[in-house]
Amino acid sequence: MPSPIIRIDNITKTYGPLTVLDGLSMDVMPGEKLALIGPSGSGKTTILRILMTLETINGGHIEIDGQQLYHMPKAGSLVAADEKHLQKMREKIGMVFQHFNLFPHKCVLDNITLAPMLTKGTARATAEKRAMELLDMVGMTDKARSMPAQLSGGQKQRVAIARALALSPKIMLFDEVTSALDPELVEEVLNVMRRLAAETDMTMLLVTHEMGFAHDFADRVLFFDKGRIVEEGKPESIFKNPRQERTQTFLRKIIAAGHRV
Amino acid sequence: MIDWSGYIGLILQGALVTMELTVLGSALALIMAFAAGLGRLSRFAVVRTLATVYIEFFRGTSIFVQLFWVYFVLPFAGLTLTPMQAGVLALGLNVGAYGAEVVRGAVRAVGREQREACVALNLSRYQRMRHVILPQALPLMLPTFGNNAIELLKGTAVVSLISLTDMTFQAQVVRAQTGNTLIPFATILVLYFVMASAISAGMRWLERRATRGLDGVRA
Repeated sequence: MPSPIIRIDNITKTYGPLTVLDGLSMDVMPGEKLALIGPSGSGKTTILRILMTLETINGGHIEIDGQQLYHMPKAGSLVAADEKHLQKMREKIGMVFQHFNLFPHKCVLDNITLAPMLTKGTARATAEKRAMELLDMVGMTDKARSMPAQLSGGQKQRVAIARALALSPKIMLFDEVTSALDPELVEEVLNVMRRLAAETDMTMLLVTHEMGFAHDFADRVLFFDKGRIVEEGKPESIFKNPRQERTQTFLRKIIAAGHRV
Repeated sequence: MIDWSGYIGLILQGALVTMELTVLGSALALIMAFAAGLGRLSRFAVVRTLATVYIEFFRGTSIFVQLFWVYFVLPFAGLTLTPMQAGVLALGLNVGAYGAEVVRGAVRAVGREQREACVALNLSRYQRMRHVILPQALPLMLPTFGNNAIELLKGTAVVSLISLTDMTFQAQVVRAQTGNTLIPFATILVLYFVMASAISAGMRWLERRATRGLDGVRA
């Protein structure tokens, strides 16, 4: 039995008087594909942002690949992590955002090669070769020299996925990556993610409102509400036979809103 | 009948002094604008405070008074400057304080999402600023920098008060010697306007260069 690659232990996150995560604990196994679902404000996106160190935590511990994320050992005890420690930990994690967040002043190729060249010292030629392989995987080789503003939303998101993959993270976080897309562009992004899930052994955490995709993609589905995990299990059991009333209500509303399951 | 060629030559010599002041003053202003503008965004409270004090002081007092301090009061503290050094220092520090707010505003205008992408790609603080934030902030700064440079050009006229022989000073000399006001002041009017136009044209060229490829991203 391998040990978890992500170990979240009793974390809390508050914004002023608002508690977003309330003593949350969960483990993720290496290579596992996880779908996080739940109503807006349930804390699922916050978990991804905390794992990417875009937010801080108010309490608890997170272990990534055997090392503390927000703490580091110093003189026999655990102290708050400094920027250097965070940078070392971020190497293991990549993230794709709802709004792509491409660099508008750089062409597609430079968007992808920037981080490997700066953070890993990869030579330009090597970084570009790797970038072209990734662009091939997401079906975007013909746009290597285009600027982000010239691309459709679906194309931008495929570039953003390639950009995150260029750093070869062990863990990939997908934060509502199709929510900002026109409906007809959703499928091209989901196809890329299906390939990724099938062809790599990366650990993937997915926050989504695409229930049909979550069903096909995930090994395990977690249903969140009010900063807690209400129910978790295999996609079949969560979607077909949810035990908790909150889950049933949520899924009914989602289906009524026109989302496929 | 007055022979104008000598007098016009005098004014042109003054024009060179004005240009020198403008170029050197703008260079210092640019350095101060980035130092103080980025300083106000620093993680360190001391740096933020220093930058804020500098900006508020130089925006809150008149260039005229600043110039007098630099030229007439600093010598008491053991620092004697030539009129040109004093002029460049006062103009550069004054306009730099305005520029600092432009730098700060432009850097902050680059969205949080860009910073978050940088964190996710594990860029260091310096790399984020150098490769992602500043290249996007620069096109936002340029139009206001152009304004500031023209303000600085026109501000150079105050240095005639510390006996620096700039264009305005020379025009007054010519007026005193010839009794004619129209010709010297019409001449410097045109010269100021030509210099300001040159600055405008230069900034437009820079803007075009800085926004190349960003078409459709911002106007």
